[in-house]
Amino acid sequence: MLKRKRGGTMDSGRINLMFMNTVVLVGVLVSAIPFIYMITASFRHQGELYSLPVTIMPREWTGHNYEKLFGDTKFVIWYGNTIFTAGIRTVLGVYFAALAGAAFAKYDFRFKRLCFFIVLATLTLPFHVILIPLFLLMRDFGWIDTYWAVIVPGIVGAFNIFLMRQYIEAVPDELMDAARIDGASEFGIFHRIIIPLVRPALGVVAILTFVNTWNDFLWPLVVLHDDAKYLLSIGIGTMDGPYDVEIGAIMAASFLSTLPILIIFVLMQRQIIAGLTQGAIRG
Amino acid sequence: MSASAMTAKRSLEPGAVSSWWSRNQRKVIPYIYLSPFLIAFLIFTVYPAGASFFLSFQRVRGFISPEEGGGVVLEYQGLKNYERLLTKDKRFRTALINGAEFAAGTVLIQMPLALGVALLMNAPHVRFKTLARLAFFAPYITSAIVVAWIFTLIFDQRYGLLNAVLDRLGMGAVGWLTDKTFVMPALIILGLWTWVGYNSLFFLAGLQNVPEDLKEAARIDGAGTLRVFWHITIPFLRPVFVFVIITGLIGSFSLFTQPYLLFDSGSGPQDSALFPLMYLFFMGFENFRMGYASAMGFILTVIILMITGLQLLLFRLWKV
Repeated sequence: MLKRKRGGTMDSGRINLMFMNTVVLVGVLVSAIPFIYMITASFRHQGELYSLPVTIMPREWTGHNYEKLFGDTKFVIWYGNTIFTAGIRTVLGVYFAALAGAAFAKYDFRFKRLCFFIVLATLTLPFHVILIPLFLLMRDFGWIDTYWAVIVPGIVGAFNIFLMRQYIEAVPDELMDAARIDGASEFGIFHRIIIPLVRPALGVVAILTFVNTWNDFLWPLVVLHDDAKYLLSIGIGTMDGPYDVEIGAIMAASFLSTLPILIIFVLMQRQIIAGLTQGAIRG
Repeated sequence: MSASAMTAKRSLEPGAVSSWWSRNQRKVIPYIYLSPFLIAFLIFTVYPAGASFFLSFQRVRGFISPEEGGGVVLEYQGLKNYERLLTKDKRFRTALINGAEFAAGTVLIQMPLALGVALLMNAPHVRFKTLARLAFFAPYITSAIVVAWIFTLIFDQRYGLLNAVLDRLGMGAVGWLTDKTFVMPALIILGLWTWVGYNSLFFLAGLQNVPEDLKEAARIDGAGTLRVFWHITIPFLRPVFVFVIITGLIGSFSLFTQPYLLFDSGSGPQDSALFPLMYLFFMGFENFRMGYASAMGFILTVIILMITGLQLLLFRLWKV
């Protein structure tokens, strides 16, 4: 792909290309530096971080921040809590979104348009309006300080339904009809034909749901008050308060909590981006 | 079990329920498939939205503990909450103005930048594309909390990375988080870092959707690069513009996590980092004025819906 330019291209073209490559590289650097700074800061002493001159690389590397993080905070518990809640929410969320997506993509029913309109409406409804009554509802359910409150309310994401519908539409009707003639039930068709055929899409929806749950802050902050129940986002967000830890330890926590998300993204970037941009280009 | 055996078995057992089911399965199943969504929608969206509307005319006087049945003690207030928000509450106005400023920064700076990045990524022969895609997308998937913590270091007045860079360039140190005139620029910078790359991916997807032969035809007809861009590429990107602007606007009014953390659970010097959703949170969960906060939620929703509607209208006009 890179070697396609021939030897005798115009000079202005080459300069242009060099300029564009430089701009891309600068962009990459600007994006990357805060991450690099986060990582190096997590290996620094507090005093060094708050001294001049400002440098990106540590003058002296230290594991002190990580010791503090694991020794003085509930970081490991938060990590476990987050994996647990994000995991359950993802599995259920993907399954329900696929079911709803299949209903829209493959069946005709009386209230189809109305139902789809509802999906689109929830997509645009700002969270503001329901934040307070939803909190009061959780309180009445006795769900405050339980993971029900984090997992259940947003379990069937409208965007996920929308995505699943797009993908399931591509499943050939003939395949489903053939299965029907063979006597398969509709549930059987869903589990044995639709699900295996849209597995890549399930992966995308799963990742998006997982990352969203992993990163969400406001809602967990509202419904989880006991610091042993915290998720990573609230734990890290409030670490400076009760634990009186230094910024280096916060950077260590930030680094470790971002790592799995970044790894997932590196491995699946093409699929994730394709999934995310699906809706927007079609309008 | 083979297929023929299965059909045979069914015809042998003509139980009323199972034959009804086999006849009507396809009509009923979509509702079953949709039921998790619809039930969750009724309980966790419709009911709260209704309750919010009801609450917005009330004042919360106290709480009943869940052991005693739960709920809140309310007092009817009529339109008082709305009246106060729209005419008297200066902080609400500040929050709206801040939201609008951030939105303007988002739309006017972020969108052209994102489009530029997308054009670069779409240009033939440009290198580092895979790396760039990764780098540009990483900020978006990083938790807002982590981003905010990193930027507290970067924006630090004395020891921050940004002022160190400015110092190299011969400019003075700026109080990004302490001087009220620089708070909004700081937040916009943070927003650019987080969202330019993300939005560029949408533009990139849109660019790759522009039919090449259409551009080719225009070129054969003698249109220059700029004209092709303006008359063919840009109109094809219309849905992307709509998407990016609308999500950007909604995001601006819902900004919460980053300012909340950057300013130590506060609203910044002289409310310079007070955003609507944040103010709603403070009112509802710190002052427990939940009726007032609900009214605020409704006003915000109406504003957002109006802007969204206006946008859609403008873009529809543009198409013609």
